[in-house]
Amino acid sequence: MTSHFLTRSLDRSATIFLAIVAAVGVLLPLFNLLLPDTSMLHVPTYLMTLFGKYVCYAVLALSIDLIWGYCGILSLGHGAFFALGGYAMGMYLMRQIGTRGVYADPVLPDFMVFLNWKSLPWYWQGFDMFWFAALMVVLVPGLLAFCFGWLAFRSRVTGVYLSIITQAMTYALLLGFFRNDFGFGGNNGLTDFKDILGFNVQAEGTRAALFALSCLALAISFLICRAVVGSKLGKVLIAIRDAESRTRFLGYRVESYKLFVFTLSACIAGVAGALYVPQVGIINPGEFAPGNSIEAVIWVAVGGRGTLIGAALGAIVVNYAKTVFTSGVLAPYWLFMLGALFVLVTLLLPKGIIGTWNAWWESRKATGISEDADSAAFEDGAVKPHMAE
Amino acid sequence: MITSLGSLLAAPLSRRKWLAAASGLFLGLATLGPASAADDTIKIGILHSLSGTMAISETTLKDVMLMLIDEQNKKGGVLGKKLEAVVVDPASNWPLFAEKARELITKDKVSVVFGCWTSVSRKSVLPVFKELDSILFYPVQYEGEESERNVFYTGAAPNQQAIPAVDYLMKEEKVKRWVLAGTDYVYPRTTNKILEAYLKSKGVSQDDIMINYTPFGHSDWQTIVSDIKKFGSAGKKTAVVSTINGDANVPFYKELGNQGIKATDIPVVAFSVGEEELAGIDTKPLVGHLAAWNYFESIKTPANTAFIKEWHAFTKNPKRTTNDPMEAHYIGFHMWVKAVEKAKSFDPDKVIEALPGIKQANLTGGISEMLPNHHITKPVFIGEIQGDGQFNVVSPDDPTKAKLVPGDAWSDYLEGSKDLEADWVTLKCGNYNKVTKKCGGQGS
Amino acid sequence: MSGNPLAYPIISALKDGRLYADDDSKKVFIKGTDGKVVDASNGQAVATLPDSASAVRLNNRLRRTIDAALGSLTLLSPDASVRIQAAQSVFKSHEESSLAPLDAALKNETNDTARKALTGARAAVVLFKADASEADKLDAIATIRARGDQEALALLSGLPGDAPPAVARAATAAMASIKGNLALWSTVQNAWYGLSLGSVLLLAAIGLAITFGVMGVINMAHGEMVMVGAYTTFVVQETIRTSYPAAFDYSLLIAVPLAFVVAGAIGVLIERTIIRFLYGRPLETLLATWGLSLILQQAVRTIFGPNNREVGNPSWMSGAFDLGHITITYNRLWILCFALAVFIILLAMLRFTRLGLEMRAVTQNRRMAASMGIATSRVDALTFGLGSGIAGIAGVALSQIDNVSPNLGQSYIIDSFMVVVFGGVGNLWGTLVGAFTLGIANKFLEPAAGAVLGKIAILVLIILFIQKRPRGLFALKGRAVDA
Repeated sequence: MTSHFLTRSLDRSATIFLAIVAAVGVLLPLFNLLLPDTSMLHVPTYLMTLFGKYVCYAVLALSIDLIWGYCGILSLGHGAFFALGGYAMGMYLMRQIGTRGVYADPVLPDFMVFLNWKSLPWYWQGFDMFWFAALMVVLVPGLLAFCFGWLAFRSRVTGVYLSIITQAMTYALLLGFFRNDFGFGGNNGLTDFKDILGFNVQAEGTRAALFALSCLALAISFLICRAVVGSKLGKVLIAIRDAESRTRFLGYRVESYKLFVFTLSACIAGVAGALYVPQVGIINPGEFAPGNSIEAVIWVAVGGRGTLIGAALGAIVVNYAKTVFTSGVLAPYWLFMLGALFVLVTLLLPKGIIGTWNAWWESRKATGISEDADSAAFEDGAVKPHMAE
Repeated sequence: MITSLGSLLAAPLSRRKWLAAASGLFLGLATLGPASAADDTIKIGILHSLSGTMAISETTLKDVMLMLIDEQNKKGGVLGKKLEAVVVDPASNWPLFAEKARELITKDKVSVVFGCWTSVSRKSVLPVFKELDSILFYPVQYEGEESERNVFYTGAAPNQQAIPAVDYLMKEEKVKRWVLAGTDYVYPRTTNKILEAYLKSKGVSQDDIMINYTPFGHSDWQTIVSDIKKFGSAGKKTAVVSTINGDANVPFYKELGNQGIKATDIPVVAFSVGEEELAGIDTKPLVGHLAAWNYFESIKTPANTAFIKEWHAFTKNPKRTTNDPMEAHYIGFHMWVKAVEKAKSFDPDKVIEALPGIKQANLTGGISEMLPNHHITKPVFIGEIQGDGQFNVVSPDDPTKAKLVPGDAWSDYLEGSKDLEADWVTLKCGNYNKVTKKCGGQGS
Repeated sequence: MSGNPLAYPIISALKDGRLYADDDSKKVFIKGTDGKVVDASNGQAVATLPDSASAVRLNNRLRRTIDAALGSLTLLSPDASVRIQAAQSVFKSHEESSLAPLDAALKNETNDTARKALTGARAAVVLFKADASEADKLDAIATIRARGDQEALALLSGLPGDAPPAVARAATAAMASIKGNLALWSTVQNAWYGLSLGSVLLLAAIGLAITFGVMGVINMAHGEMVMVGAYTTFVVQETIRTSYPAAFDYSLLIAVPLAFVVAGAIGVLIERTIIRFLYGRPLETLLATWGLSLILQQAVRTIFGPNNREVGNPSWMSGAFDLGHITITYNRLWILCFALAVFIILLAMLRFTRLGLEMRAVTQNRRMAASMGIATSRVDALTFGLGSGIAGIAGVALSQIDNVSPNLGQSYIIDSFMVVVFGGVGNLWGTLVGAFTLGIANKFLEPAAGAVLGKIAILVLIILFIQKRPRGLFALKGRAVDA
């Protein structure tokens, strides 16, 4: 049943995507670990860590595309779920430091020691166990999304109102986590991690494994998202996106569908955050900044809303551009280029990179075989997004 | 799942095709790798935000580094090699700081990095510097509680700024009641913790200390200023010790001026307000408020005058001010040059070995020394804001003969750190516990 | 104090930094406000200051002594406001030596306010005079109690512990009464602060209420329009400072229309080149305007540098006055008036002008409006320009209380969206009520919860409120909502 479900939702472009993700996830670490530095194909650790970060962003972008592209929920606060997942992982990593912290306190993290905390707050309990932290990575963002969504969708908050209150949510969390009294390290956040499951986080092997895991997470999230949007549930979601009231009148419980997909999306974002933290080595309240969440939405738009692959691609393309632009002679002008990229993509490629590609591909195919084009177009995700709110 | 993967591989697309695509991608990636460095130049990384919220402070430091490198090259470089600055923009984004640090060290192969402003940016790059074994010079006053082998702290530790300022207020202004106002992040929190302990050790009671925290970029100070006014009307001389972060200061001082709180009533001593911040406000209502730094532009020494002149010429702007972190970079850069010359090598390990003990004249007439704990000795000045946006040094009497205070990595006024000591020369440890006689934490 | 006629000029010169000392000749000079130099020892005019002379620097302790000395010296000044100020500083310093000049001043004082101030000052001196009788001291306490402000409280709580029991009791009672009174006033003060914060929020949000609320463009570059307005003010002031320093007080009056034009023109340009291709796709405007905001920020950073720029307060916006026991600063008061004026003008414009009518028509039903012969694209451009222009003049006002830096816009954008959404999209009245509600709520929460928690509480309240009223405070009725 499940396998049938999956095969049906896997068309050609999805297959290519998964194949590339799998290849990158396996080959990049291998090239990094096995090939000598002198080899043409050697991948420096620096690049692998960098792309590991991008892949985590890609997972976040997928989670946004799932709700925005297929259900019309524009969340301007998805960075919050990402960051919460990251904090859960960060707390585990902090507890793993043990006596190797600068104050050599066996239980308390460094920032608590020098601010004179006497004992570990209750919400830090349990994070010394990986399984617990891993559970929290999914559970905390999921629970927040569930509560938030339960309130918002039931009272039929939609459109920009929903977008703005998601922004309010992440902003409130930002301010909260900034507070040192909150017990999450304040502005400095959690950092100076030593090891994860007994492996040194800075070792090349661990980095390679984390990279491979991130790729795996990307592939699995992609499969989950495809499965959701390809199912009957997905059809209802698209119906909700295009005409919410009509769907409701047809007898669907719109809020339950929305709540399910919103929570699922938050869980995926949390996993992305958890994989991100050990790779960049720090989690701090800056991740809650509303600007970050807006930027994540922009990755999706650049890649192509409602195409899943586009979301992942957009995240990687935009972040790669950022990396390139912020170095060297271009550094003082990179915001001009990034800004121009956003403006031009909106104007010239309103469907994003993948959306435009699909449209072009379809129109070429359509001249050859006109029948079946519609369903194929849908299968490729080239649905025309109705932006009416 | 397995069947689905099987069907995945059996997909219509030929396997050769995607393998080709994937390896194409790799070739693309691999070419991004290490750029070849020319042998006759030595690269120096500059890691300061040029955009985002911190650009306001950090851009100046990038400029001063470019000036110092330029000047050194005119003198013939170091060990016969020209220096080349590599500028990156971490965009006030903390994870990006780590990414850029890694890029500078592995891709650009820089010998040393000058950079960071906020504590969180330093914390974020720390693991990178430790892992890749490079050198960071950090030029800003900070909360202390850190000493790392790869980092050299040329800014002030709390004992080089906060405590002398409080001493001055107690002695000269006879202050009995204290408002500790700060932005809610680690530097103010720690500094205030230290000050609270210090004040209590001097017999100030808890009732005479008011602690207040505000968010970053706080712009509506009406309530807090009126609270300060209220707190100050208890009949005892009151002062405000401000660790308010750069951006929030302008509205804070504007509100103080407008609500008529004069320096003669309630003086404010600030640790984050320098010439650069004052350039954005009309300082006439603020005359007499204080700041504690290790450098003021107004201190007249030949070295400082030459530095200011060169700065104006380099930026082609005769109005550009100089400030404390700029001097820290000046000292740090010259210390690095001397250490390289002493070690006769650019190798970070050798330079790290050579740095402690290096002496460099600072711009205010003293000789700063790099200590074994990787902090430096600095003079402490208390300056009063003048109507022209400059500071008039009120303590010590002759600023050019000021006593130098050694930077203390671990505060004696904090419970967790009073037993700790940093010494990278004999103990080879950044957090040696004097009681347990163990080097804590540095296990790996 | 001594009767030397030079005492006052010397001390006031010292206070203003016009007193110069020459180490070489051991002479002291006074530089007059008109630039003329006199020798301080004999009052004779000197042609020029010797090069080796440098201004005598002060510190706060000296400054306080000077204020006290000047206080006694100026108690008899012909200018009533100077006398009041002098009485004020005597009240603070309460030095015994001031008693004689105070009595002299009181004898022929005719101005009521000045008399009150002098009486207060005298009471302060008597209270601290060691050899004053107990009855005198009790009288003094009654006078100070009647004054009833912070300074009175400060004075009373500074009373030495060895005071006679009756005096100490009276002082404690007076302090309790003053405190009770002040607590009441602090509520009023919170309300005022709330209004003031509300007016800032209103100014920041009102332009957005047009571009976002009325046109449906999620304008992330709104904050940057505010920033453009603030920088326009800076340029105007800079020009005035270098060319016509006398006109500085009018700088804001010049800046307001100019900021409107500059920001408005940029707005029209943006609408014509970008936004007009995106109508009906509001979420894509978010993307494009976010890109624009990055470009505008960096442009300002490139042109003006990343540092704060100095924008001064004109004299009529500096300082404060006391209303009862609360201090009202002039700049906050003017900003409140200004915000309300902008709101009223905007409302009137939408209601009574032809352009306003066309704007409402186009936003309510674009196709119908077009069929009625309205040039919708022209109206779109003008509406966006209007919204941006208003953001620009908000920038002029905000430059008076906040940093003028490239980050200025970013710090207001989130608050602006909250206000518009809280008030109800598409309704100017909603924006007004929303801004003041949030402002006042914030200021009442802040003393209790602290600035950070107060802000978090407000955000949570907004989230919960939107659950209750999913379309804001003033929801648009009818079918237009679902379109």
